[in-house]
Amino acid sequence: MARIISMRKAINEAIRQCMEEDPTVILLGEDVAGGEGSPGADDAWGGDMGITKGLQPQFGKDRVMDTPISESAIMGCAVGAAASGLRPIAELMFVDFMGVCFDQIMNQAAKFRYMFGGKAQTPVVIRTQIGAGYNAAAQHSQCLYPMFAHIPGIKCVIPSSAYDTKGLLIQAVRDNDPVIFFEHKVMYDEVSDDVPKEAYAIPFGEANIVRDGGDITIVAMARMVHKAKEAAEVLAREGIECQIVDPRTISPLDEDTIIECVEETGRLIVVDEAYPRCNMGTDIAALAAREAFGALKAPIQVVSPPHVPVPFAPELEEAFIPSPEKIADAVRKTVSYGA
Amino acid sequence: MSEERILAITVPKWGMAMEEGTVTGWHLEEGAKVAEGDDVLDVESTKIANVIEAKCDGVLRRQVAEVGTTLPVGALLGVIAPSDVEDAAIDAFVSGFVVEAVALEGEGGPAVETIDVDGRDIRYVVHGEGGEPIVLVHGFGGDMNAWMFTQDALSADRAVYSMDLPGHGGSAKDVGDGDLSVLTSAVIAVMAETGAAHVHLVGHSLGGAAALQVALDHPDKVASLTLIAPAGLGQEINGGYITGFVTAQRRKDMKPLAEQLFADTSIVTRQMVEDLLRNKRINGVDAALAAIAGAQFEGDRQLLDLASRADELDVPVQIIWGRDDRIIPVGHSGNLEGARVHIIDDAGHMPMMEKAGEVNDLILAFV
Amino acid sequence: MASGAGMQLSRDKLLEAYRTMRTIRDFEERVHDEFEAGNLPGFVHLYAGEEASAVGVCLHLDDQDRICSTHRGHGHCIAKGCDVEGMWKELWGSSEGLCAGKGGSMHIADLSKGMMGANAIVGGGPPLAVGAAMAAKTLKTGKVAVTFTGDGGSNQGTTFESMNFASVFKLPVLFVFENNGYAETTGSGWSVACGDIVNRAPAFGMPGVQVDGFDFFAVHDAVGEAVERARAGEGPTLIEVKFGRFYGHHEGDNQSYRGPDEVEILRRDHDCLKLFRNRVTEAGLLSDSDLDAIDQETADLMDRCVEAAKNAPRPTPDQLTTDVYISY
Repeated sequence: MARIISMRKAINEAIRQCMEEDPTVILLGEDVAGGEGSPGADDAWGGDMGITKGLQPQFGKDRVMDTPISESAIMGCAVGAAASGLRPIAELMFVDFMGVCFDQIMNQAAKFRYMFGGKAQTPVVIRTQIGAGYNAAAQHSQCLYPMFAHIPGIKCVIPSSAYDTKGLLIQAVRDNDPVIFFEHKVMYDEVSDDVPKEAYAIPFGEANIVRDGGDITIVAMARMVHKAKEAAEVLAREGIECQIVDPRTISPLDEDTIIECVEETGRLIVVDEAYPRCNMGTDIAALAAREAFGALKAPIQVVSPPHVPVPFAPELEEAFIPSPEKIADAVRKTVSYGA
Repeated sequence: MSEERILAITVPKWGMAMEEGTVTGWHLEEGAKVAEGDDVLDVESTKIANVIEAKCDGVLRRQVAEVGTTLPVGALLGVIAPSDVEDAAIDAFVSGFVVEAVALEGEGGPAVETIDVDGRDIRYVVHGEGGEPIVLVHGFGGDMNAWMFTQDALSADRAVYSMDLPGHGGSAKDVGDGDLSVLTSAVIAVMAETGAAHVHLVGHSLGGAAALQVALDHPDKVASLTLIAPAGLGQEINGGYITGFVTAQRRKDMKPLAEQLFADTSIVTRQMVEDLLRNKRINGVDAALAAIAGAQFEGDRQLLDLASRADELDVPVQIIWGRDDRIIPVGHSGNLEGARVHIIDDAGHMPMMEKAGEVNDLILAFV
Repeated sequence: MASGAGMQLSRDKLLEAYRTMRTIRDFEERVHDEFEAGNLPGFVHLYAGEEASAVGVCLHLDDQDRICSTHRGHGHCIAKGCDVEGMWKELWGSSEGLCAGKGGSMHIADLSKGMMGANAIVGGGPPLAVGAAMAAKTLKTGKVAVTFTGDGGSNQGTTFESMNFASVFKLPVLFVFENNGYAETTGSGWSVACGDIVNRAPAFGMPGVQVDGFDFFAVHDAVGEAVERARAGEGPTLIEVKFGRFYGHHEGDNQSYRGPDEVEILRRDHDCLKLFRNRVTEAGLLSDSDLDAIDQETADLMDRCVEAAKNAPRPTPDQLTTDVYISY
């Protein structure tokens, strides 16, 4: 009965089902269908990675819209439409492009509800690609999600499985607050798992315990969950049992689960592909130090890339991305602390 | 020559998703005497932990799998044989043991079928074949996996059908107004699918009430009735559990609820809680559960009274109840006149999971 | 869109123009092959078919004039004098690449040649070129800045802001819009609401020219005037270069959005190299053998460069953390 599908397909299916159940859901972005105003075929790409292919033929050009390359206008349009009765899903091709449109997210969407005294609702979803691994270098490979977690008023989703991707994306569309949905580009085809064909929603702020283990808690997000799983397999053979916690949403953050887990194991490592300064690693480490200090048997470790932009050369990029080996080393160091 | 007297203990298959099991503990030392039904070792899948009982008398001659090892379904865990079987024969048996290709999903495993009942898709699965079939009906909020320890054990000589009620598992989520008749129509339809004139009905909790209703309405189609902690036999019910189950969205809400189902709460694994939540998240499930709960229960009261109709019942009935049931009081077990009653110690609301061996024996003996 | 002034170029300049265009073409065709063979990491966007623009512009510039480029930047790099072998090594991710293997195709730069970088952010270049022009004006160097932007980038807010800004300050900057018809897959006839990008020039208070981008001389002439105006302190100019690309948006693009035979027709009838050759040989300015010699020269150059890139040293792990700051 298992139905194994890729993250790529899970996203497409989630959007399709949301658009089927709610006529106010629209999709807009650069080449989300592809071919607008061109002599050849419509729906030429379905987004630069082909994720939204097939949606325009089903829902038409009034609901699935290619746009000019105008990120500020795309984001602002989606935000304004959301505040005016639609549930737009806007695609920002790569999170790196947030640089040209951040105002519409940071100062507009994030602020409406609060600064208008609770009278506005902005149910917009912004889908965007994150992550290194395709040798796409400094301006197409960043994670950047900590920058968004920093801002009150927006919710941040970072799924690590196809199951979570579908359920969290549907929740994002149904959610009445602005949501940024971060998709790790390498995971589109790298990750497949069991996904129900029906629509379902996973509540935000509910961490997933990916693996049980009593010796150490590893908190990881997106692709790092899988790197942590690889490390945990190796460590299990050495007799070290790792518990892996995936927050799934970093805003809201399921602090309770993280604290409970750290209290159970007494040890914590956070693995974060984002730059090391002010990332989720530092944030979660601070949380544990604050709320679970008494339970800690060893210093908290954060496994992150070095504080450098994402390099182009394959061997440098590989050295940049936290590896199972680095995670395992950090675990060994933590578990043997004081011994 | 002594091969037949050597019995392999293997990793069981509890539910269709189970592919491997981990040994968590041995109850007996190597060389210990063992009687049929004795607890031999504990195994856990990602979803659930359970004890494996001896299927014959003898001596535990080998512990093949160490504690902590994870093995595929069908792999050899240990060997039971009489003490006079020579060690060399045991060793030969162990070294020559071949793991039977376990039928994985969609590869010759139990057939999953879907039928249309009044416009609703109803899913069921069949284990075994022939004989006078058994139809298993799960309770409120469950699905066919409630019978993961049951369906195989009963299917040696007959076909065993386990189904998903409307609003549950892989069946349609529409349950109309939640009336019991929506559930009973599905049960009757699956009974018809068996092709047999008579079937043995086994129902748990609300599924027990449905089975009882079917037996009242169609005594000609029911060969026997086994009711496990059924609803419908008394007024009281744990309304907090019902309401909580309908509204729970998160692990921390669901876990304590799931624990109320068992006498031994350690049975509740993280994966079990996750599976319950995964099901509840699907579009329409919570609405279906709310509709059914609304039609059947009001606070701590059951609205359905079938006990008063005991005199109309023209089918052999047995009632099985866990002594520590925290959902429906075990006291209701005496409310159906004419039924044989078995109270199981150290079991809660799910005796067919918690004390699978005992319950399976009772069902097999009864049918 | 007839052109004439460019035809007055010296023999050396004409040879240089052809050599540079041919180098770009050979470079891109070879990148296509090497990428298809799986030898190159990352994303590449090819400039083949558009050579007349980069060369028509950059022939007016020296190393102190600055340009800002796009993700489709190989042509601009070569036209601005970047070392071709260094570019190849960069594409390969070598530590001897123009950017030490850290930038790759979308970020090749050589500030010593006035090349301020290919850019993976659409609309990232125009504000930077405005800044380069501001520097030139402030320092009174007499230098100019050029930003190459696609039709896609023409629709970015950063671009609009930059044009207004440049006009307000009368900065020596050229906004060269390379309109190849598609922003990725999206037709520029649709995405540019006023039809032609050049129509926007008056709104920003600057002159605008539209040129046939397959015609080196047309580009060269138009840019010559604009550069002269800029150097004379008369402010910015918008130049729309209309043409088409021979390849997809990036390598791997299925190009299903394009018309039937579109690329074949471009290659047959609108190849800037063929057109250039016809013009100069018909006018008797250069001979076929002059040009054939260059063809051979650039083909050999590519072979040498690719061989060198394949064998170039790889970056070492310690290089991951260098060059983030000058001091920290």
